[in-house]
Amino acid sequence: MTLSQQEVAKVAALARLALFDHELATMTSELSNIVGFVSLLEELDTTNVDPLAHPLDAENVFRDDVPSPSLSTAEALQSAPRHDGQYFLVPAVLGESGAA
Amino acid sequence: MNASTSETQVPFTTIIGLEVHVQLQTLTKLFCGCSTAFGAPPNTQVCPVCLGLPGSLPVMNQRAFRLALKAALALDCNIASFTKWDRKNYFYPDLPKGYQISQFDLPFSTDGTLEVIDPKGTIGPCRVGIVRVHLEEDAGKSMHDETAGSGDTRIDLNRAGTPLCEIVTQPDLRSPQEARLWLNELKLLLVYLGVSDCNMQEGSLRVDANVNLHIPQPDGRIAKTPIVEIKNMNSFRSVERALVYETTRQWGVWQETHAEMGKTPKQTRGWDDPAGVTRAQRHKEESSDYRYFPEPDLVPVTVSSAQQAAVRSEMGEPPVRVRKGLETRWKISAYDADVLVNQGRQLVDYFEELATLIGDGKIASNWLQQDVLRTLNERGGTIEDFPVRPAALAELIARVNAGDFDTSRAREIFSEMLASGRSAADAVLSMGIAVIGDDELVALCRDILAANPKIVADVKGGKEQAAAGLIGHAKKKNPNINPGKVRTICIDLIRAMQ
Ligand SMILES: [Zn+2]
Repeated sequence: MTLSQQEVAKVAALARLALFDHELATMTSELSNIVGFVSLLEELDTTNVDPLAHPLDAENVFRDDVPSPSLSTAEALQSAPRHDGQYFLVPAVLGESGAA
Repeated sequence: MNASTSETQVPFTTIIGLEVHVQLQTLTKLFCGCSTAFGAPPNTQVCPVCLGLPGSLPVMNQRAFRLALKAALALDCNIASFTKWDRKNYFYPDLPKGYQISQFDLPFSTDGTLEVIDPKGTIGPCRVGIVRVHLEEDAGKSMHDETAGSGDTRIDLNRAGTPLCEIVTQPDLRSPQEARLWLNELKLLLVYLGVSDCNMQEGSLRVDANVNLHIPQPDGRIAKTPIVEIKNMNSFRSVERALVYETTRQWGVWQETHAEMGKTPKQTRGWDDPAGVTRAQRHKEESSDYRYFPEPDLVPVTVSSAQQAAVRSEMGEPPVRVRKGLETRWKISAYDADVLVNQGRQLVDYFEELATLIGDGKIASNWLQQDVLRTLNERGGTIEDFPVRPAALAELIARVNAGDFDTSRAREIFSEMLASGRSAADAVLSMGIAVIGDDELVALCRDILAANPKIVADVKGGKEQAAAGLIGHAKKKNPNINPGKVRTICIDLIRAMQ
């Protein structure tokens, strides 16, 4: 299994990782090895095996719609690199949220 | 364009599909016990789960799942017997985990429809296919104040993890007006069923629209303009305006470039409401770039037909059935039924109580539309808090029917009831309106006839309209007289003279 440097660069960009060219080369060969190792699984015949959605043999785990205490704002913000006591602060982000 | 047609013909068909997100009416978030109440101070409704802190695990809110199921059933969807959740990976500061828990390849429902009929008949019935309805979590809220001169974006994660139902339609809508009408029906349906309050101001309902044009070519081929996704529309009116704008814009671009779908990538444009234009936004990542994979922290959910039946049984009546019910039970027009139903379930309940008490749907509908709704529009507030309850209004209407006073007098009494919270009888007393007994009224009419021989002669001569002059004289004698009654009595008396 061989990945192209282009594929690895794309995955790096999606993961917000900035790689130097020499790192990209190393990463491409190392990632190719990992994916190659996992692709050994493709040798198995899975014709009569149902797709597995979850490894646990459990279904329908729910909680009731009952409020429980939240953290205080101070607790919520304590690990943030930057905050103003009310909000998390991040460098200016313009453009649309990808949420939807 | 054909000059002989009176309608405006456009040389293309507008193709619109919608993607709607509604917040489900739960007390808590989808995967944790944090409150979903709107308007709390920032970052006060957050916990390790919705902050995405290491070691925390999501557990599905049962009510959220049931509400989503209710929405899907109401939209006539097929319910999957087995459903799972997936991680949709992307980076944005309002998404603390770095992924959104959503549904990808096994959504819990697919292939529904919602039909809407325009009561005014100006837009044909539109039957819109539903591609899928699925259950996912919301992101937080990011605020960037460019005017403050600060380079920071502030993040409030109170909304992160709020349960959302995503409803994706087929591109079955053919005009901006249809889109607005259909959205209104969808909203009404979800509100009637208690699935969502659909409050757009509070972000409980959000709409994105996909639109392009199909343009028949001289060779018979249909050219399709590139699909544009419009975002940032904060009311149904904005949706309609944005689609009208975008349709015109695409037609203009087509005439210049003849650019077709597929040759240019799908574009996202944001609606700028004050300016009334859509503007291009940054490139949307391709769907495959979200690198969906099954959410290992949540186990799958199965839905049996018995569970579906249970949800159906507690469903309540959808607006389309409520309208029909009002039309047949109370003999009111489809238009009137629509006006009442559009005001919400509580107003319909008020109407039915009033109509039952007075035994007349048409009169009840008139009072509601002309007086109650007008007052609500002027003063604001909801029908539940409306000071004049159906029993009090029924009492007033009964006295109008009995001829105690005419409608304009009744309106004054209604205003007094509104202002004071009094019953009709008490309002009449406090306003010093003495209801004149029939004998007294006949005596009064005799006096007027005696004093106005000219009018009497005119009426005798066949000019019944001359009787109108008698009413003025009667009012001078007693302002509380019912003009209609005076007219009838006078004409009867004059006829009796002959
Ligand atoms: Zn939480």
